[in-house]
Amino acid sequence: MLNGVNREVPMEIEGLGVLRPYQSLVKNGQAKNIERLKDRQMNPSKNKIVGSIEKAIESAGLKDGMTISFHHHFRNGDYIVNMVMDVIAKMGFKDLVLAPSSLTDIHAPLIRHIKNGVVRRIETSGLRGELATEISNGLMDVPVVINSHGGRARAIASGELPIDVAFLGAPSSDSYGNANGYSGQNSAPSACGSLGYALVDAQHAKKVVLITDNLVPYPNTPFSISESQVDYIVVVDSIGDPTKIGSGATRYTKNPKELMIAQTAADVIEASGYFTDGFSMQMGSGGASLATTRFLREKMIAANIKCSFALGGITGHIAAMHEEGLINRILDVQGFDLTAVESLKKNRFHHQIDAEFYASPDNAGCAAHQLDVVVLSALEIDLDFNVNVITGSDGVIRGASGGHSDTAAGASCAIIVAPLIRGRIPSILDRVNTIVTPGHIVDVLVTDQGIAVNPLRKDIEQNLKTAGIPVVSIDELKAKAERIVGKPDLIQWEDKIVGVVKYRDGSVIDVIRQVKK
Amino acid sequence: MEIKDVGMAGTLESSDIMISIEKNEGKGIEIELKSTVESQFGSQIRKVIKETLEKMGVTNVFVRANDKGALDCTIQARVEAAASRATQAGFKPWEVE
Repeated sequence: MLNGVNREVPMEIEGLGVLRPYQSLVKNGQAKNIERLKDRQMNPSKNKIVGSIEKAIESAGLKDGMTISFHHHFRNGDYIVNMVMDVIAKMGFKDLVLAPSSLTDIHAPLIRHIKNGVVRRIETSGLRGELATEISNGLMDVPVVINSHGGRARAIASGELPIDVAFLGAPSSDSYGNANGYSGQNSAPSACGSLGYALVDAQHAKKVVLITDNLVPYPNTPFSISESQVDYIVVVDSIGDPTKIGSGATRYTKNPKELMIAQTAADVIEASGYFTDGFSMQMGSGGASLATTRFLREKMIAANIKCSFALGGITGHIAAMHEEGLINRILDVQGFDLTAVESLKKNRFHHQIDAEFYASPDNAGCAAHQLDVVVLSALEIDLDFNVNVITGSDGVIRGASGGHSDTAAGASCAIIVAPLIRGRIPSILDRVNTIVTPGHIVDVLVTDQGIAVNPLRKDIEQNLKTAGIPVVSIDELKAKAERIVGKPDLIQWEDKIVGVVKYRDGSVIDVIRQVKK
Repeated sequence: MEIKDVGMAGTLESSDIMISIEKNEGKGIEIELKSTVESQFGSQIRKVIKETLEKMGVTNVFVRANDKGALDCTIQARVEAAASRATQAGFKPWEVE
């Protein structure tokens, strides 16, 4: 038949099947919608921008019982969750599932929304502050689900945790939704660096609402969230306080005990057998682990060893070592401080990655599985090397799973750093309150009072001994702590389960029960 | 030993304990404890306070203790100092004779 431009084309060809002939659509004698073109010229912001969060929620088709998500790149400076939840509550929605990449102290107002039935259940990586305490005390009917960063990305990508509407704070965006955690066009007031956790939501959520305080001209290059994934944009006065990104768990330590642990951890890395030219590393949040970088730098210069890539949450120290040529590439899923944010903007090989690329165990390959060395903090570790980073010594939720189990599983050498005692609380126990990372993927424990190696890793133990680094058993370290502080009574629990801790593959590794008062 | 005054010792710094001791005529040793490590070490702290007082021969006292994770040796020292001040007895076992 003749198609829309008068060419004879077949309706079907064997081997190709049924074909669809081109048809030209002419409206009012015009092939193009010239009304729309005029409109675009007169109003270049014609687009996805809606007037308010309320309008965006309406347009996204939010309904009772749906799952909504947020990212936690502003850490304790986040304004988005509270801002959006207040509007959602006012609009009368109920029974929502909240699936942010993490929650922290600033999100205490959620308690009210839980009590009022706006939020029915929560999936997160971390919980801190008043909200965490209330949940530990039995606030919610349905237990909160704790995911690792890789586990969350896996669950979202696989459809196990479908997101209906994602509300993503964007430090810069153009009118079409090209967004980033900084701006190539100005100094974004709420810059947070990498949007690694938000990228997964942007890609997989059914509807994506960007909330920005920094609307820039189209196209906002470089962007990490692309226009093809964004449905609506809301412009507000402020989305977060970037001075609080480097707060809490990502602080820069001056504590001499933590520095001593960091120095020992650097000694362990040097002797581990994995400190060779081209090695890769990650330092988790926490004073001692982040500080390990400082001591490792001297060793790298002395031995003329370069790091092929640094992964994960990125600090200014990592960025500085990259600029010095000591770290070849940075794979950045999250900025830990403003220097790291600046580095992402100016250093071409400081690369932004999404959480799936970072740590999902299910895809064709994630960066965590390429790690040689990771240094991670612990609230508690037990004689089987199981690590707790979610509940405090009193059994109350006050931490985050984060990338702990993802990187411990992926790294050839996973080093846990912890003081032997914190005040009167010993870090080593017979049994940790809650298991987040199973002991069989943990390799070395470094405390201020000695080093213990997992009996599964005789090779590392031998390497340390050869280098003259003293190694003791974890039982000896535990006994040493008990001689100083005594033996703590066990926490008493109610039957009610308040939290379910999932391992990165989605299986349940432990549960958190309500603390008995 | 007779309690004459309110005796206090210690601070609210981390790893310290603040002890306040006063008269508790005929009611024995009563302890009101607040502690950051109550659920793990509450009973141990009470035990150390009681034993320290008994060893000093102090019997009818009301003890307010605000603990910030002190070790047993610290608790013992603070209780001895507070009791010494409360009895005005010049009981100073830490001084060299």
